[in-house]
Amino acid sequence: MTGRKVVGVNVRKVEGHKLVTGAPAFTDDIEMQGMLYGKILPSPHAHARIKRIDTRKAKALAGVHAVLTYKDVPRVPHTTAGQAWPEPSPYDTYLLDSKVRFVGDRVAAVAAESRAIAEKALRLIEVDYEVLPAVIDMELAMAPGAAVIHDEPDSTKIYDRSHNIAGYILREIGSVEQGFRESDFVVEREFRTHRQQHTPLEPHITICWLDPNGRLVIRTSSQVPYHTRRQVGQILQIPVSSIHVIKPRMGGGFGGKQEMLLEDICGALTLASRRPVKMEFTREEEFYMARSRHPQRLRMKMGVKRDGTVLASQLTVLATTGAYGSHSTTVQGNTGSKVLPLYRAPHMRFECHVVYTNAPVAGAFRGYGCPQGFFAQETLVDEIACELGMDPLDFHRMNVIRLGDTDLLSAQLGEGKEGLPRVVRSCGLPQCMESAARAIGWAQKRKKFPSGHSHLRRGVGMACTMQGSGIAGVDWASAFLKMNEDGSFYLQVGASDVGAGADTVLSQIAAETLGVTLDKVIITSGDTDITPFDVGAYASSTTIISGGAVKKAAGKVRAQVLEVASRMLDAPVDQLDCANNEVFTTCACRKAVSMTDLAMQAMYKEKFQIMDGASHFNTDSPPPFCATFAEVEVDTETGQVHVLHLASAVDPGTAINPMQAEGQVEGAVAQGLGYALTEELVLDADGRPLNPNFLDYKMFGFQDMPKLTTILIETDEPLGPYGAKSISEVPINGPAPAIANAIFHAVGIRIRKLPIRPEDVLRALHAERPANLDEEAMFAL
Amino acid sequence: MKTMELRVTVNGQPRKWSIGPGDLLLDVLRREGFFGVKRGCEKGECGSCTVLVDGRAVNSCLMFAAKVQGCEVLTIEGLADGDRLDPIQGAFLDHGAAQCGFCTPGMILAAKWLLDKNPHPSEDEVREAMAGVLCRCTGYIKPVEAVLAAAKQPAKRATRKREPAGVAR
Ligand code: FES
Ligand code: FES
Repeated sequence: MTGRKVVGVNVRKVEGHKLVTGAPAFTDDIEMQGMLYGKILPSPHAHARIKRIDTRKAKALAGVHAVLTYKDVPRVPHTTAGQAWPEPSPYDTYLLDSKVRFVGDRVAAVAAESRAIAEKALRLIEVDYEVLPAVIDMELAMAPGAAVIHDEPDSTKIYDRSHNIAGYILREIGSVEQGFRESDFVVEREFRTHRQQHTPLEPHITICWLDPNGRLVIRTSSQVPYHTRRQVGQILQIPVSSIHVIKPRMGGGFGGKQEMLLEDICGALTLASRRPVKMEFTREEEFYMARSRHPQRLRMKMGVKRDGTVLASQLTVLATTGAYGSHSTTVQGNTGSKVLPLYRAPHMRFECHVVYTNAPVAGAFRGYGCPQGFFAQETLVDEIACELGMDPLDFHRMNVIRLGDTDLLSAQLGEGKEGLPRVVRSCGLPQCMESAARAIGWAQKRKKFPSGHSHLRRGVGMACTMQGSGIAGVDWASAFLKMNEDGSFYLQVGASDVGAGADTVLSQIAAETLGVTLDKVIITSGDTDITPFDVGAYASSTTIISGGAVKKAAGKVRAQVLEVASRMLDAPVDQLDCANNEVFTTCACRKAVSMTDLAMQAMYKEKFQIMDGASHFNTDSPPPFCATFAEVEVDTETGQVHVLHLASAVDPGTAINPMQAEGQVEGAVAQGLGYALTEELVLDADGRPLNPNFLDYKMFGFQDMPKLTTILIETDEPLGPYGAKSISEVPINGPAPAIANAIFHAVGIRIRKLPIRPEDVLRALHAERPANLDEEAMFAL
Repeated sequence: MKTMELRVTVNGQPRKWSIGPGDLLLDVLRREGFFGVKRGCEKGECGSCTVLVDGRAVNSCLMFAAKVQGCEVLTIEGLADGDRLDPIQGAFLDHGAAQCGFCTPGMILAAKWLLDKNPHPSEDEVREAMAGVLCRCTGYIKPVEAVLAAAKQPAKRATRKREPAGVAR
């Protein structure tokens, strides 16, 4: 866009220098006098009641300063979800409880002078459990006679506790019955998705201490410092004003650090011991004591006309949230509300049961319900197109949502309540499809359907996906700016840079608006004592919502700057502009004053500080779009699927920092590839994790990545700062369905279960007929 | 507890530390303030804790501190020459190769180890040499490009484009 100097430019990350030099920037990078080490005793059972717990020996151990069980702490039903108040998630969790509901659930916590002493103290805690029947398989959770996981009376907002149903959703627009009746073809298929873990390289970590005024300081790797402050206040029953949350540099979050998993218990240990306490998950604990992606069983049904027009779509989901209902209805709500409206069907229906199981807890995870939904929808659509003899690309061209469309399902399906209608005000999806199709060589490669006798067969597949940018009507943020004597600006934002580069993007927006170079903006983010409020980093909200607040605040400050300049240059404000750290007249006289001189004038002559703040929210959540194309090679002798090339084209609105935006796509694709092919946290029949380590839980590494083409298709979103929407989530949705569809193109089998393991491919290949013909492929009505 | 005296050169400075016999190099380095050495798994599986011992990349979480008696250890803190960044560090900044930055010290040191032995590696050689470092943020694309750029070598496996949408807004 014309004339922009900082926005849209590939600037170096503002915090980059400290990262490449190893400066102490992360939560763990401090050493405190007298700091204790906190540890949680995890439950060895999936479902049990604590009959007796004796901590005397642990307390007597030299070096132990606090041991807490449910007897020692307030019992406050809450959710760890880290959502805006009032949270749509059930209040079904307790700081410590007399019942444990999954392997890894909290039994007790200790604080001791070293990790070794803390671990020893855990072993000295004597616990007698009454082991209860456990529900591990989500298909059995609602069955009559299934053990009731939340039988405690004080939990609230649970949909139907006696049947282990945390949440239930049913929404319909139009009438799918009518839509299916009017369709020429109706296809229904079942899909299954699994448990993926976030695996941020920095596990959850928190350090708490009491400041000289006795306030509880919580230094923590959190996506939601403000929600954390509110939740800790609620759980420990202390005033919010007595809590100070500091978010240092974060080593990745991906949604997992929206959850408050350590801050409450670490704070409780600090209050009990009056000493600083550090708690961090080991890698193994991170795998099963932190959160994961909701496993789902999805039945999807679509009705189409003979020419390929989609008339009706229906998605029926069974999902499990594990032992606690954090994000249960909201993640699953998104499986419907962000997935079905990709197609312009007049009739849509979404129904979902979210059930409790005695399994590790699911929660927010990049994509937030969409990777599951799009896997089902895009695989089904590919099957329909193929059966109709249509090129899937043509099918998409014909049916996907367009500029100017209103998505009415979103109006019915908000964050655990009614939402707001979504209007598509910017849409680069057509170009995303064309551009990614060209990159993969779609036209040529689709034509020559692979034949021949080689055991290596190639195919190409595609998928289209969308997401949101912030939660409409819920997410809001604020920002504050003040000018310094040297013409630089302090930018204070509550936003929480997860590692994706929000600090840089927000600084760019401020610098652009103020007409200064990026080095003149000094940002502080995510400190509840210093920075103004922000809901935090989730739902792809930071660029659009926090960025919107920064732009507003910077606009107000800019107006103050121009007023001072107007007096100094003796020119009316409307004839002034600022760029490159000076304010100048736009008329022919070209008078100018530097920001430094201007700041000195304001501060020492006019005696006031140039500063202002602003808050921002949106009543709509503009969707970013993505087209993902994959080329795979399937080894028909081993079932191994090798991705040769993946092209991901994304419409993020304006890319405030294109280099960082590409990085988001590349990282999301890598995570999406793992979701599609290799990553699964596996539980045994008793709910114990079998592979909580990086050797047995396989993420993509340096040598595993395919050739990758990243394409940014920029649009101008009216609701976003400088036209920006969002980017970090949407590209994770496409790899799984694109790969599944490419496998079909290569070898003619339909895979409807994730991850796509070689043994499943081989089994399907060896089935007498290709899997897609096992069932009635399609029935005409 | 029994202790021993460890004499080691860290980032060019001779050090004398008292350590326990079972202390791991990762823990000792962090205890002594080298926070650039990251703890990602403590099992030798992620490479976040990579340091160079006598020029060789090792996982410091798998090495007893006692093993570096008399050795030269390089951590990320010692790579830049004062304010002058190592070319790999500069390339990481220019190519956006650090996202959250948690894996970055390990990556940069693994790359340093590679370029010291092989100043002009191919892309495959870069990927092989750095395979011990996991990253959850970048998809490895930009880190590979950064290392190749630091070695003045071309990157081929990834391409990218940026185009404004035409008809649609
Ligand atoms: S911490 Fe050493 S390899 Fe992971
Ligand atoms: S940049 Fe975050 S783990 Fe690599």
